[in-house]
Amino acid sequence: MTLPDEVDILIVGGGPAGLAAAAELAPHRRVLVLEREPEAGGIPRHCGHYPFGMREFHRLMRGPDYARALVARAQAAGARIATRVDVTALHPGPAVSVTGDAGVARISALHVLLATGVRESSRVQRLIGGEKPGGVLPTGALQGMVYLEGRRPFRNPVIFGSELVSFSAIMTCRHAGIRPVAMIEEEPRAIARWPAAIYPRLHGIPLHLSTRIAAIEGRERVEAVVVEGPAGQQRIEADGVIVSGRFRPEATLLAGSHLARDAGTGGPRIDRRGRCSDPGFLAAGNLLRAAETAGWCWAEGRAVARALLAGEEAPQAVEITPEGDALAWVVPQVAGAGGGLDRIQIGLARPARGHLSLRQNGVEIASRRIDSRPKRRILMSLPQVTGDAPLTLHLEER
Amino acid sequence: MALSGRFDVAVIGAGVVGCAIARRFALAGARVAVIERAADILDGASKGNSAILHTGFDAPPGSLEQRCIAAGHEEYLAIHGRLGLPLIRSGALVIAWSDEEEARLPELMEKARANGVGDVEPLDRAALHAAEPALGPGAQAAFLVPREYLVDPWSAPFAYLLQALENGAELLRGAEVTGGRRDGDWWLETTRGTVQAGLVINAAGNFGDLMDERLFGQRDFHIRPRKGQFIVYDKPAAALAQHILLPVPTPKTKGIVVCRTAFGNLLVGPTAEDQDERERATLVPETLEQLRARGEEIVPALKGQEVTAFYAGLRPATEFKDYRIRAHEGQSAITVGGIRSTGLSAALGIAQHVEELAALALTPPADPVWPEVSNISEALPRDWQRPGHGGILCHCELATRREVLAALDGPLAARSLAGLKRRTRVTMGRCQGFFCMAELAQLTEGHFTLPLAEPAP
Repeated sequence: MTLPDEVDILIVGGGPAGLAAAAELAPHRRVLVLEREPEAGGIPRHCGHYPFGMREFHRLMRGPDYARALVARAQAAGARIATRVDVTALHPGPAVSVTGDAGVARISALHVLLATGVRESSRVQRLIGGEKPGGVLPTGALQGMVYLEGRRPFRNPVIFGSELVSFSAIMTCRHAGIRPVAMIEEEPRAIARWPAAIYPRLHGIPLHLSTRIAAIEGRERVEAVVVEGPAGQQRIEADGVIVSGRFRPEATLLAGSHLARDAGTGGPRIDRRGRCSDPGFLAAGNLLRAAETAGWCWAEGRAVARALLAGEEAPQAVEITPEGDALAWVVPQVAGAGGGLDRIQIGLARPARGHLSLRQNGVEIASRRIDSRPKRRILMSLPQVTGDAPLTLHLEER
Repeated sequence: MALSGRFDVAVIGAGVVGCAIARRFALAGARVAVIERAADILDGASKGNSAILHTGFDAPPGSLEQRCIAAGHEEYLAIHGRLGLPLIRSGALVIAWSDEEEARLPELMEKARANGVGDVEPLDRAALHAAEPALGPGAQAAFLVPREYLVDPWSAPFAYLLQALENGAELLRGAEVTGGRRDGDWWLETTRGTVQAGLVINAAGNFGDLMDERLFGQRDFHIRPRKGQFIVYDKPAAALAQHILLPVPTPKTKGIVVCRTAFGNLLVGPTAEDQDERERATLVPETLEQLRARGEEIVPALKGQEVTAFYAGLRPATEFKDYRIRAHEGQSAITVGGIRSTGLSAALGIAQHVEELAALALTPPADPVWPEVSNISEALPRDWQRPGHGGILCHCELATRREVLAALDGPLAARSLAGLKRRTRVTMGRCQGFFCMAELAQLTEGHFTLPLAEPAP
């Protein structure tokens, strides 16, 4: 496909958030979605299991079917989708630099929506020592191999992590005849909620809590994983390691750009309408924070698209600042009046419970009680904010 | 497939030193065989270093090491353009962090001049911080070594060996030399057949002393590998250091360096840890944390920057300070041993020296081939900037499908994922394969000795 020099709306990333926005905007604007993979659809493309699609299509779907349905809906609405095109830089204007088989190009737009999603933390970021043999993979790579390529990289891996995606890794393994030999979690309890947390036991996979990987052994391929836990040190023979979870926004493009980045989420700072510090740029989906479900990202993409179509006035920049050490981040980081996101999402740095309140000039404008942990979804309504006094988010623990 | 026929020269080991020696002899007109134990080249000491082209300013004056580094530096500058290899003219700063270290700077500059590096310049505190604004406040003085440069540590030896192959050399990978005998010619026994050669060159790196014992029944040095761990920061950190930031060296080590890489990252390392183990280089989280802390003392803005990779290399250190390069009297063999830590800088110079030692009567080819390697550094245009690349495969490092397919083809085709990484940078970035590993498994099918994946049942 030849790429245009300019469009109305340029969407970077063809996952659930980007495709939802494309479907919403395409009837009214010239929309181009840039997807760097061979197919659009995002991470659900290689999640060959349920449950997807209830919110969007009102039926239970597997990931790849769901991804195809999102693509079809965006295209039916008139959006163009260019695959195997990578964005290499963001520019004020807004504009982006791209490279694809046709070479490098620059595309300008009235608005650019960033929806580049997430990736898992690597072995390096989790500081897992030892040797560096082949067969140490993130879940995403495993799922791509199994569901896109019909292959398996190992037969008896150790799974590191106990988030939802870690249990999804078990399902992927079962699909490919892979038998995990252990699940390792550094925390004293599984990160994912019950009933996912009993899933490994159902499949006879020992779950080692309060345990860390001390070293990976093996020169060419993984031979063993040395773990340290309450029972001391143990050497588990394995031929692979799945380093799962600890998602982080795929925010590489922000790092070299003029857009403000939020230290708490690692994603862009946005207002309630999804606008970045340069309002020519918008953002939605898991780029905003790691990590939500596909359905959540889809709803976010749609909400940001609708707010853009509503075309309201420039917002007041009323910043929301989380206070204390229990609150790790908040999305959006800037409030104001108008449509878009009608709830604040909050991430915890540690398990905490108490009274959470949003205040302006010392006056509580929203509140709720929480009793939660990191990586769990916490929401609070985001009322229309008037005036330009900043907001604080406060947790009174009890 | 074994190697057939008689070779003038057999080089044992396809590390940077073996590759440079093979090139030298092939260009001199010799029929060269290169025998490598691992599935792919550069799999031992040459796979993990700091990627600096040194001048030899701090080498012991009059040493063989100093002469080889100086000659290697000069030849790299002369040939890199024709081979398509990058050169980043960063310069280095030797930085004093205490009064004691500052007091040693004049003596180190004198040593540099004695080593023929006459262009060193002292910098006071103000000039130092002007040259490197991100440097920590504890840096109190320095001197500049203008011709310390950054290179691509893998493409350089790759180009040397490729040029050897294009000029008639042959490569046998996955073949360990298990012994040899000599009756006029050498008959080297390998796990993949016998190789006949007039001259044998032992460039077996971390196994150099053991190879000597195998071939000659004795060794005159002992290798005790020195492990160096490194951490690599993501691209944005590269803006924090223009020069190579060196500490004042100690007798044992050049110390912890902070420098950019040819791939646009920033690295901190190496440690210097002696060990008996010759193959396995273990990464120790506590040590990596210490490296990180040291890096943040040198460049405080590294705090909060993302670390995207870590690695450990093993340098073939011996009980001697200098290289152990010698011709075995009457045996038509040369040992190139103990090339600790400066092999990348010195390789071309070592090759010159070995050629002189060998003194073979050869006729150079009239019109030698000069292959140009595909560039993977950030110093020259990359493949993704040219049309027809088939799309990006590795998004973090911007490696294209065309690059990957090319690296799987030809006389030096990659035989392992590690080898493919060193040719293309795939999976070396921040995501460590999250996005591209699945397609890589498909593209590399049938190419690697150990496949990335097998068909699922």
